[in-house]
Parts: sequence; C-alpha cells; structure tokens
Amino acid sequence: MTEVQTAPVPRRNLELLLVLLALCVGGAAFYLVGSSTEDVDNTDFYVQMSILAGLSLTVHVLLRIFAKYADPVILPITIALNSLGLAMIHRIDLAKGTSQSARQLLWTAIAIVIASVVLWAIKDHRILRRFTYIALLASIVLLLLPLIPGLGVTINGARIWIRMGMFSLQPGELAKITLSIFFAGYLSSNRDLILMAGRKLGPLQLPRLRDMAPMVIAWLLSIGVLVVQRDLGSAILFFGLFIVMIYVATARISWVLIGALMVVAGGVVAGLTMGHVTRRLDVWLNAFDPEIYQATGGSMQIVEGLFGMADGGLFGTGLGAGSPYRVPLANSDMIIASFGEEIGLIGVSAIILLYMLLISRGLRAALGSADTFGKLLAAGLSFTLGLQCIVIIGGVTRLIPLTGLATPFMAAGGSSLLANWIIISLLLLISHNSRRPKTGGVGPTDEFASASTTLTSSTKAVTKK
Amino acid sequence: MNDLVLSLFRLGFLVLIWLLVLSVVGSMRRDLAIGSRARTGKPSARELKKNPELAEPEVPARKAATSLEVVEGPLAGSSIPLRGQPIMFGRAQDATVVLDDDYASGRHARLFPQGSRWFIEDLGSTNGTFVGDNQLSRAQAVEPGQRIRIGKTVLELKA
Repeated sequence: MTEVQTAPVPRRNLELLLVLLALCVGGAAFYLVGSSTEDVDNTDFYVQMSILAGLSLTVHVLLRIFAKYADPVILPITIALNSLGLAMIHRIDLAKGTSQSARQLLWTAIAIVIASVVLWAIKDHRILRRFTYIALLASIVLLLLPLIPGLGVTINGARIWIRMGMFSLQPGELAKITLSIFFAGYLSSNRDLILMAGRKLGPLQLPRLRDMAPMVIAWLLSIGVLVVQRDLGSAILFFGLFIVMIYVATARISWVLIGALMVVAGGVVAGLTMGHVTRRLDVWLNAFDPEIYQATGGSMQIVEGLFGMADGGLFGTGLGAGSPYRVPLANSDMIIASFGEEIGLIGVSAIILLYMLLISRGLRAALGSADTFGKLLAAGLSFTLGLQCIVIIGGVTRLIPLTGLATPFMAAGGSSLLANWIIISLLLLISHNSRRPKTGGVGPTDEFASASTTLTSSTKAVTKK
Repeated sequence: MNDLVLSLFRLGFLVLIWLLVLSVVGSMRRDLAIGSRARTGKPSARELKKNPELAEPEVPARKAATSLEVVEGPLAGSSIPLRGQPIMFGRAQDATVVLDDDYASGRHARLFPQGSRWFIEDLGSTNGTFVGDNQLSRAQAVEPGQRIRIGKTVLELKA
C-alpha cells in the first residue's frame, strides 16, 4: 500500500483561524445564555470569554514554538467543546443559583497549564516508552488510591474519588492515560512474540495461553474496578481500551472475539449477581415503568433527559430558553441531554461530529506516526476519547445502559477535564512528530517501518466494515 | 432584547457551530488527498521534468526468497521455509530458531518480510549480527546469496 505523502507544512495560521472561530462559537453560546436570562448583566460573559481566549491563544503560541507541525484542527475542536461545556454549565448555574462554572473555568485553566507543561516537558513522545512499567505501577496506584480509608470518599455509590483539601479528584481518569502508555509500551516490545505463536483454527489464529496472561490481568482489573469501586463505566473503558490496542498491534480478530466473549461472560454474571448492575439494566430496559421512574436511583434522570431532548426537537428551544435544570446532574452526566434540549438535534449532531473529527485526527496521527509506540499510544488515546463519548452519549440517549463516564471536555468535573487535556497534548505531540519533515540520516528505524505495515493492514480491516 | 432578534441569534448560533464543523472538514481536504493539489499516483511527464526527484527508480523484478539455509555452525545443512512470518534467532527457548551457541544472545536477531523483501535486524545482541562483513547498525534488506552471520552460525537466503 503506497502511503499518501503530502509535503510537510506547519499550518499554524489555519489553526489560529479555527481557534478564533471556535472561540466565536463559545462566545456566542455564552452571549445567548446571558441574554436569555434578563436579570444578569453580561459581565460574566466578558470575564469568562477573555480568560478562555487568553488560555487558548497561549496554547496556540506554545504550539508555534514547541510543536510547529502538530495537527491544526485538534486544538480548535477541543476549545470549541470546552467552551460549549462551560457555557452550558454557566447556564445551569444561572437557573439553579450554583457556581459550578467558576470552578470549571478554574479547572480548565489548570488543565490547559498542565497540558502545556506536558507539551513543553516531553517534546518527543518516544521517551514515554521508557516508563512502560512505571506507568503500569502508576495505574495500579491511581486505581487503588480511592480505596485508602480517609483519603477515598464514596459519591453516588461509586468509590472513585479522593479528597485533598478543597479539591476532590478522580484518579481513575488519569489511569486511562498511564494504562494507554503501558499497553503501548508493552505491545510495541512484545508484538512479535504474540504474533508468531499460536495454533490455527480455521481462519482464526488462536493466541498461546501464556500470551493471554496480560489480557486476563486486564480483564480481572476491570472486573476488580467494577466490584470494588462499583464503577461500571470505567470498567468498560479499561477493557475496551485493552482489546482495541491489542487488535491494533496484532491485527488478529481472534483477540477481539475472545475479548467480546469475556465481556459477555462478565456482563451476564455481573448483571445477575451484582445489585447495582442489575438495577442499571432494569432502569435501561423498563425506563418508562412508573415504579422504576419513582424509585430512588430509578429512571427519573434518564427519562427527564429524554423528555428534554424531545422538547428540543430539531432546532432546540434556544440556549437559555429550555428547562434542562429539571434533570439531575444536568451539567455533568446529562450535559448532552441539556444540549439536546436547547440546541436541538441540529446542534447536538454538530457536537457529535466535532467529537468524531477529533477522534479521526487522533487516529490520523497514529497512522502517520513512524514508530510502533507512537502509533499504539495515539490509537489508544483517541479510542479512549471515543469510547467515553459512546458510553455516555449512548447512555443518555438510552441506546445502552447509562453509566457515569464524563462527556469529554464538556461535563463539569475537574479530573476528567485534566486527563482529557493531557490526552490532547499527547496527541498534538505525536501528530507533530509524524507530520514534521524527516531530517536526513535519522530516519525511522526499520522496526518501526515493519510495524507500519501491520498497522496499515489492521486499519484496512477496520475500514472495510 | 426582542424575541425576533433573539430567535435569529439562536438560529445564527446553529449556523455558526456548523460553520465550525464544515471549516474543520474543509481544512482536512488536503490531508485526505482530495483535490488536484494533493494528487497522488504517478507524476506526469511535465511534473517529472520540473521535479526530477519524483521519478521512481526502476526496480528489476526480484525472485522472492523461499527458504533460509544454514551454511555453517552447529545446525549446518538444515533449512527453514519462509512463510511470510518473522523469524527470531537466539538462545532463548521462545526463539523461532534456537541457536545453541555461546556467542549468540538470548534474542539475537530477527528476520522479517516487508513487501517482497526480507530484512534482518539486530535485537541488541552482545556480539552483533553481520551481513557479509558489515555489522548491522539498523535493519537491512538481505538478498538471496548474501551471508548472514550470527555467532558461529552463517545463514543464506535461497530463492
């Protein structure tokens, strides 16, 4: 397969243009929110927008200095999503009299600063490969932190939070990055062993039992998260991440089948025996049953969200004119329903398209990357974003059972924002390294070249479907 | 603010957000190789005249290697069929070709196919891998007839 080669061009001016457009979208959203509620003078609007604009332009300038060839559309899309989320949180604040948006803006600032530090400190994503096993250790520590008595707190039945002073953090959010680094590092070193060994069974090449060990460990880890922390969303996320990365690394469909079987087995057992999973399934299947609607922890939230989206229709009620605040957690888990009510199907499709474009750029960075580690890392990180969107948006629209994952960049919640901004800075770095002109002599070594053929064949398999 | 203006603003917002989506898609055109400027495929004669470096060198048809023969060393005389799968050499038990040789490392070298050619790559061995007389510093294509030396073992590709 011949690779499409386009001459390396920085395209930072295009990025600036798109960032400005994204800020216009965010600004318009803020303006509409403010002008729909009569009693508020629009000072909030000017303050929040100028902070956001300042932060965005700082990142843009940093990219000009440190990652000149980074993908020009990743940053604008992220800023658009983040500012839309801020506007909606601000809107819910105005209705409820809370002050979540100031907090969210603070977290946005922290997240952007840390993402910039990552950008400046790492420069070349390949050095992360040295931390493969440290990343595994870090993931385990991050996942176990909330279980430490005194440090961990239980919120809404899930024990995934730690409290430090005035901040509460979800360390599991950061674990998705460290786990991606571990999987990418482990698979880029051991891909050959996993590829070569194994018996053939018809068209499937079965992996050897001992190569299955990491897979089984990942499965147990996800089940552990599910049982101990009662967090169904993260369990799905971690296991999905592992299946995708091993599929991208080996292009063997047998892994996906084995993984799917494990999910089915785990899901059936969990659905039958674990109270909170059974209840989730019940809420999903019989959402409109009056008894389930009225039960505590019942389907009231999801059904109100559906009513809201139905009220919004095609064009929506207009920002600030609906009543999304009637839904519990309207500014975090249910933020897509809030948008569905106020900007309608047309607006929400645009948001979902923005997510898809963002993820496609991440996967494009994976395709263009010259080294196996970068490919796997970019693919894993973009897939993390994608899986979060599918799980939460699918849950809110009652396509699948609702589980508490954060809508990337939009939902109120600092840890998720922080983790997703770090993911963005890593994707920007990988795309910079894959798009910049190759300086003569220091070409990619051929281990990397051989990996690119594997990845191309696996992506071919994906695009065929 | 009067209601009509507000409704227009709301519609305008939907237009604006779609404008963003469409500009992002539009700016990716070049990357997706749509349109004439990013055309791929064979360059025309005129383009070749302007940019001689675009010409692809003529590659003579090569016969693909089908087996790997051990010429010297403890396993001399044996041959390994090549079936498009990478082959790992080394003392480790999980190597494809296990070398019983004190001069070989656990995972010494790797032979892998790419396109129609086979490449040999040293996996960080202590004593190095040689093609002809040259020690490998990076992966290198091997042709049938070239001698690959790993420790006391000498290998050759056969077409």
